[in-house]
Amino acid sequence: MSIQVQQHDFDVAREMKDLTAGNPAIGGVCMFVGLVRDMAGDDSISSMTLEHYPGMTEKALEDIEAEALARWPLQSTRIIHRYGQLQPGDQIVFVAATSRHREAAFEACHFLIDWLKTKAPFWKLESGPEGGHWVDARTSDDEATKRWQQKE
Amino acid sequence: MKILYFAWVREKVGLSGEDVSPDIPVDTVTDLVEWLKTRGDNYARAFADPALVRVAVNQDYVDPDAAVGQNDEVAFFPPVTGG
Repeated sequence: MSIQVQQHDFDVAREMKDLTAGNPAIGGVCMFVGLVRDMAGDDSISSMTLEHYPGMTEKALEDIEAEALARWPLQSTRIIHRYGQLQPGDQIVFVAATSRHREAAFEACHFLIDWLKTKAPFWKLESGPEGGHWVDARTSDDEATKRWQQKE
Repeated sequence: MKILYFAWVREKVGLSGEDVSPDIPVDTVTDLVEWLKTRGDNYARAFADPALVRVAVNQDYVDPDAAVGQNDEVAFFPPVTGG
């Protein structure tokens, strides 16, 4: 399993290298990087603080990764999620999948981020000129997750 | 029983966690929430709309009718917003 929950930043180039090192069977790498936006609707954001449930978070991410490995013929996967206080433009999350042929990597990468959004116990607190507020869960994220449930 | 609160549930309750020993029979998550609500306005506010609160028992998501016991870790939190 290669999941990581951390406060510090990650280096995409280095992750890419680690995902593929010593495995010439890999024909494709698909990566998604989530960033902190500077706006939430019409409100500007000065910082975002991510809270999580230590223990359950790791378990949930391991389950999500195991599900991807069970569904697609993957060579390697990686999930990194940050917590703590972040600024607009900062990297929050990294998910990646590698496979012999691109379809599996593309689909698994999309699946990883969609499932993570509705299953991993993280909560975002946005802070701006108007104070702080907890981000509401989005119906569109639930819909994105349902798409993958139908594929089971 | 170990109880954990996260995000706005934590803020409304005013605690990140606590050990509790209910003095009435508590068999399910719903029983536990009803008992917690009797403990003060902060709990009543946090659980005012139980549909907004998600629950995990021993770090697995459960439904409100799930069983809880004295040795369980029960966590209450809003719908997750990671990624």
